[in-house]
Amino acid sequence: MSSAAPAPPTGPAPAYQPRRAFREPEAGYLGGVAAGLATHLGWPVAWVRVAFVALTAANGAGVLAYAALWLWLPTLAAEEPAPGLAAAERAGRRTTRRGLADIGPAVALAALAVGALFIAQLVFGTGLVLWVLVLGLGGVALIWRQADESSRERWRDSTGRIDPVRALVGDGGWAAWSRLVIGVLMLVTALVLFALRSGRISLAVDVLVATALGLAGVVLVAGPWLLRLLHDLGEERAQRVRSQERADVAAHLHDSVLQTLALIQKNSADPAQVARLARAQERDLRSWLFEDAGPSGSLSAALATLAADVEADHNVTVEVVTVGDLVLDDCTQPVLLATREAVVNAARHSGAPRVDVYAEASATRLEVFVKDRGRGFDLDAVAPDRHGVRGSIQDRMERHGGTARISSRPGEGTEVVLTMPLEDKS
Amino acid sequence: MSTRVLIVDDHAMFRAGVRAELSASPLVEVVAEAEDVDTAVAAVAAHQPEVVLLDVHLPGGGGAEVMRRTGPSSTRFLALSVSDAAEDVIGTIRAGARGYVTKTITGPELADAIVRVAGGDAVFSPRLAGFVLDAFAGTIEVAAVDEDLDRLTEREREVMRLIARGYSYKEVAGELFISVKTVETHMSAVLRKLQLSSRHELTRWASDRRLL
Repeated sequence: MSSAAPAPPTGPAPAYQPRRAFREPEAGYLGGVAAGLATHLGWPVAWVRVAFVALTAANGAGVLAYAALWLWLPTLAAEEPAPGLAAAERAGRRTTRRGLADIGPAVALAALAVGALFIAQLVFGTGLVLWVLVLGLGGVALIWRQADESSRERWRDSTGRIDPVRALVGDGGWAAWSRLVIGVLMLVTALVLFALRSGRISLAVDVLVATALGLAGVVLVAGPWLLRLLHDLGEERAQRVRSQERADVAAHLHDSVLQTLALIQKNSADPAQVARLARAQERDLRSWLFEDAGPSGSLSAALATLAADVEADHNVTVEVVTVGDLVLDDCTQPVLLATREAVVNAARHSGAPRVDVYAEASATRLEVFVKDRGRGFDLDAVAPDRHGVRGSIQDRMERHGGTARISSRPGEGTEVVLTMPLEDKS
Repeated sequence: MSTRVLIVDDHAMFRAGVRAELSASPLVEVVAEAEDVDTAVAAVAAHQPEVVLLDVHLPGGGGAEVMRRTGPSSTRFLALSVSDAAEDVIGTIRAGARGYVTKTITGPELADAIVRVAGGDAVFSPRLAGFVLDAFAGTIEVAAVDEDLDRLTEREREVMRLIARGYSYKEVAGELFISVKTVETHMSAVLRKLQLSSRHELTRWASDRRLL
């Protein structure tokens, strides 16, 4: 668990930093008050807990102190992770370690509550008062617990502005909402029961109306101030989101561009290697900036990957242009494999610095053109035992119902045209 | 007589690189450089270049803003950008550029493109041809109200497909048994349709591709 002690000052003029106490909800059973205090005071946490229990014997002072501290102590801000990790987390590429909280504390709390109930029964008897108290306290506890949870969530959340509902319900899972609704129901029931104790309905209504009016008054008086506060907080949050985005960009540049530049400096004597690194980096950065490839499993994404692979393995540029797009299936996958073979052939044998790939997908057919301006070859002169062209391109396309046309003239380059008819699904 | 060129880009390194590449060609002469919208507009007015090599992203509003503020003149614009995001490409063409090439283009290819643009032709890189085909694909089926404008003819489509496949103008002409001059006519027609075609269809195309 992180320590709340301030970091040793590093500047030339060490400024005085007040030691502040925090709550450590992750470390505690209830609200983390005892754990936080223990860290702050440097005592074993058990001592603090015992002290609270002991104080409780003095007319419940321990409970009151605990509640007050829970209310006023700020939550310990999680330690700032490395920018890369934070960026990955925000992009959803990394799961936060927040597995199943162990249920030990919950069981202990429940046992304590039952015990408290029995004691209360002994003190107050089994009258209505007891149930009013239990319901009221339970309701308050539930709502408080929920607000506490969502305030912790809010620090993790980075989406825009604060809205009041969010402040109470957080991400709004069913658990959050049910906690809130049950809490409010319990409160209202307690109020009604309390009012009914006198035995007259009209009095109950009076009490409820008075309570409602009181609440409305508070909202009227404090409302504008609260709204302004929320607005200011929203501004502050927007600022924070912007700086987080900046951090994301910085992290990506560090992981990719800076690393590649370092590699290039090391390899500056090897032009081929430098060109390869620069091209791979350009492709990576481009896809990160513009995300021009389609969703995974689509033709355009597969062609982009193919181009990147061939560029990395061979010293050529592969320019891919896609018109229309489709999801690859058993029928279209062979076209992709034949395309890869054609591109690799062009990269390996043509001697051209660049290979053009053009794919056009319509509802009725898929066509792929692979063109280079390399040395070309005489198709008839290819030995019959060479399987690259015949087996991987022509036979594969024909086996799956398509065609492959290869035109090449020595000195002018080669073009491979792959055509696959598709069933019109529209 | 070589073609007078203005290079507009906010990166001095890149301007120097382009200048060095172009200096190898006797066909073009770099007369000035500019680094943002304001200096570019001023340089066009001062030097009256035949062709402006225009970066898409510029401080002060971008390449489209330069074309808007220059207004009608004999200067032609060729977009030269590292970006291949479709909205940049189409946006610049719609603002009046005569062509679009990416920064990975080689020096001789770039010089060739500049001379073509100076001569009044349109210059399509394979990628731009692909975007054009994509943009007009949806409108080809429907007979829109202004169908003359919103459709590509079969011939124009063929030309675009061959360009997208990596063919040069001469090869396109040879493949379709037409003259190079006819190819250029087709390409200018496509460029005009792209610049004038209904806003609605292109907007829909862009939103289909999650670009808006």
